[in-house]
Order: sequence, then structure tokens, then C-alpha cells
Amino acid sequence: MKLVIAMIQPDKLPDVKAELFKSEIHKMTVTNAIGCGQQMGYTEVYRGVQEEVNLIKKVRIEIAVTEPYLEKTIDAIIKGAKTGNIGDGKIFVLELSDCIRIRTGEKGRDAIG
Amino acid sequence: MIRPIIKIISVTIFILSCCSLLFASDPLANNAGLIAANSRAIDLVWMLLAAFLVFLMQAGFAMVETGFTRAKNAVNIMMKNLMDFSIGTLGYFAIGFALMFGADKLGLFGFSDFFLRAVDPNTVDGSWQLGFLLFQTVFAATAATIVSGAMAERTQFKSYLFYSIFITALIYPIVGHWIWGGGWLSKIGMIDFAGSTVVHSVGGWAALVGASLLGARIGKYDKRGASKPIPGHNIPLASLGVFILWFGWFGFNAGSTTAGTSLSIAAIAVTTNLAAAAGALVSMFVVWKQFGKPDVSMALNGALAGLVAITAGCANVSPLSAIIIGGIAGIFVVFSIEFIDKILKIDDPVGAISVHGVCGAFGTLAVGVFAEAKYGGVDGLLSGGGLSLLKTQFIGVFSVLLWVVATSFIVFFLANKFIGLRVSREEELRGLDIGEHGMESYSGFQIFSNH
Repeated sequence: MKLVIAMIQPDKLPDVKAELFKSEIHKMTVTNAIGCGQQMGYTEVYRGVQEEVNLIKKVRIEIAVTEPYLEKTIDAIIKGAKTGNIGDGKIFVLELSDCIRIRTGEKGRDAIG
Repeated sequence: MIRPIIKIISVTIFILSCCSLLFASDPLANNAGLIAANSRAIDLVWMLLAAFLVFLMQAGFAMVETGFTRAKNAVNIMMKNLMDFSIGTLGYFAIGFALMFGADKLGLFGFSDFFLRAVDPNTVDGSWQLGFLLFQTVFAATAATIVSGAMAERTQFKSYLFYSIFITALIYPIVGHWIWGGGWLSKIGMIDFAGSTVVHSVGGWAALVGASLLGARIGKYDKRGASKPIPGHNIPLASLGVFILWFGWFGFNAGSTTAGTSLSIAAIAVTTNLAAAAGALVSMFVVWKQFGKPDVSMALNGALAGLVAITAGCANVSPLSAIIIGGIAGIFVVFSIEFIDKILKIDDPVGAISVHGVCGAFGTLAVGVFAEAKYGGVDGLLSGGGLSLLKTQFIGVFSVLLWVVATSFIVFFLANKFIGLRVSREEELRGLDIGEHGMESYSGFQIFSNH
């Protein structure tokens, strides 16, 4: 079992969700985040004083998958989020040691669903 | 002994009073002058008070617009509202007032007293002129600020400033001259007491042109053209805005008598209030029935729709008619917002086109139906006046529509050509606050929009 964590541009979220749904992946957790990679920030000016802002808004998607679904998930995310510009984001794949469904107590592959 | 003395004293007093009445012609003449001066002062004070109330409507518009749009554009909304009033004040003072109320040329525009050069502030008349200028300025600025809502979240700030100059110095004053400044529409008897057409339709049609030329916000319509909601970030602020507007409207309508000594100011305040309440209630019921829940944003728009609709006839219709007019506006505004959004596919974040353009036109036409001589001296269709007033109202509504659409199209076209009307995609996504103004409205808060 793997945990897929993707950092994408916020405005790409609807596209990524649509691609995931097309690949029959419906379960995910989405959080708002700020971060930076290679993207340059922007400058703000407040009452005459400048500030460089380089933590930019991102969206973080977490999806727990079983091996067969890993490839599909990654492809769907890339398809939805890619624009070819710097700032498209990154995907991390982590090893997931266990997954438990709270309602029924199921463990492992049954719990991921 | 005492009784005859009392009799003599009272008769003497009586005779002396009669004499004083006979010989005191000067005090009586002074009284007449004093009464006239006091009347003038009451009128001036009332008109100024109304002007101050209408000024506060700028705050109302600012709150409504920011409440119905996203947090990342709030600074931009504030700047647009602050500046269209500031530009409007100066442009109207310099040029607009003269075009609107100057000496009439061909019934089409005025042309005298630019910068109010001829006004002498030391005379009663001059003082009244200055008060009247302020009163008219806040009305002109109201027309200008209507447009900022429809063009919110994607307009370049410079283009908006450019447009503001023209609406307050040119587009609005010409319409105002036609209907209030002695121009051709007033000569054929058109009634628009406080400005459903002069102010609200002018703003509404300009908003229509601006929003169409701009195009929709990114993410508003999906690939198949279906409309998607972009919810406002602060419903309490939007509600506060509507309450402030409702409050200011008492100055807008009742103040348009420009005379505190006028008997009708109370009747006008009553019709205004009734129409607003009817609009809010009816809109609420319509959306409740259509969509299953009472939507506060539509109810707020409904209150404004009722207010806009009654603005033309507030001095000419009965309280019962005001309720009907407000209620019908409440129905119109809901269907108009849906029509413009889903069928015309014009993105209007706050419903300005429907509230001000459509309901302004409706309210003006409604005078032709509901006017009663008992209130404003003219009878409409339902009071036996026949179709003549209604026909006149039609002519007025459509001629103003054509003028505003044509002129605002030219202004926005020029703005687009020389400045650029719309911001870039990156800027629109990041938010106009950063792109246009280099700052955040809610610094310290993490504002995310996931739409």
C-alpha cells in the first residue's frame, strides 16, 4: 500500500479531481498549503515598505492506494495538473504500513477500498 | 366698584391690540421674509442631509461588492469604490454638473457654469446651488459605482479609472439633463423622480456592456458552458452593505424633493421602505420555491431591486402600489440574474445588471401604470390616465438604454485598445490585490479559493 502526496497549483484542483474521477479514484484528502519550489515569489508593498513573498499558495492532495492503482493515480494527477510551466508541482510516494477503516475495523487492502 | 374697572382695563387692552395690529405692518412684512428665509434654510438642510445619506451608499456598495466576491480581490474593490467616488466628485464638479444643469442646448445637454464659476457662496441662491451640487454629485457617483460590481475580479484598475471619468463627466450628465435638467425627456413629461433610469439604469446598462466586453471570470463557466458558482467570501459584509444602502435610500428618494418643507417627504420614505421590504420577501419566496432554501444573497438583491424599482415613482404612487412594484421587482431580479448568468452567459458577480438595469427600467415603466394624481399630480394607466404616460416612460427608458450602451461601448473599447480592459490569467488567479495593488486585504489570514 502506498500513500500518494501531490502538491499542485490551486487552480488545477478541479482538473485533477476530474481526471482522478475518470480513473475511478474517488477517495482523497485535500488541504491548503503554502510552499515554494523553483517558482519565484512576488513583491508586496505596504505603505511604502517592500516585502518579498516567496511562500506561494498550493493545494496538497493525499490519496492512499493499493499497488494496482498507483500508476493510474499518478498518471491522472499529472494529466490534470501539468501546464509545462515552472510551478506545476510534485508528487511524493510514501510506503503505507497500514490502513484501518474506523467504522468497521477493516484493515489493510480491504480498508483502502 | 371693581367690576367696571376690570371692564375698562380689558376693553382698553383690546383696543390697543387692535391698534397695534392696524399700525404694525412692518413686523408682518418682516415675518413673511423671515418665514421665507427659514423655509429656504429647512429645504437646504434637508437636501444636504439627504446628500450625506446618499454619500454613505458608497460604503454600502463597497460592502455589497466585497461580500459577494472573493477575498483575494477585496483591496481592489475598495480602491475602485473609493476612486470612482473621488473621480466622480471632481469630474462632476468640473464638467458634469454644467452639462446636466447648465443652460439648455437643443434639449440635449446643458452648457454653462463649468466649475460652478458663476456661483456666489455669499448669497442664499449661491449657497443653495452649492448644496444642490453636492446632492447631485452623490447621485452621479452612485451611477458610477454600480459598474464596479459587475466588472469585479478581472478588470484592470487603470481601465476602471479611465471609465469612471467618462461616466460621471459625460454619460450620466447627458441623461440627467434629458430628464432632470430641462431636456427633451422632461419636456415630453417623463417621470423619474429620484432616478431609476437616470442613475440606476445608466449604471446597469454600462455594467452590462462592461461585463460583456470583459468576459467571464476564470472558472465561472466550465468547458461545456455550464455556470459554476463562485461564492462571495463575506455574507455578513454583503448584508451590512444592503442595510447601509437601504438606509441611504431614504435620502436618495425622499431627499429628491430637495425641499424639507415639502409635504411629500414622509409619503416618499414610506413608499421606499415598503418597496424594499416587498422586494426582499418576494425574492426570498421565489428562490425558496425554486431552489429549496431561502437564499440570503438573493433576498438581499431583492431588497435592492425593490428600492431601485420604486425610485422612479416614489412620489407618484400609493403605498399599496409601492408594495406591488417592489414585489414584482423581487420576482424580476431573480429570473433576470438567472437569465443573464445561464442564458446570456455574462458573468455579473453581484447581480448589478439585473438589480439596477433591469429593475431600473421596470420601475420607470411601472410609473406609467401605477401613477396616481393624488400623489404626484399625474395619472397612470390604472388610474384612468390612459397609455400616454406609459408611452412616454417607454421612450425614456429606451433612449437612455441606447445612449448608455453606445457611449459605454466606445469608452470600454478605447480602454481595451489603449490600456487593456482585463488582467492577465496569472494575476486573476493570484488575486487583483497582489497584482494591481501589491498588498493583501487579510494579511495574516491564509485565504484560499478552491474553485
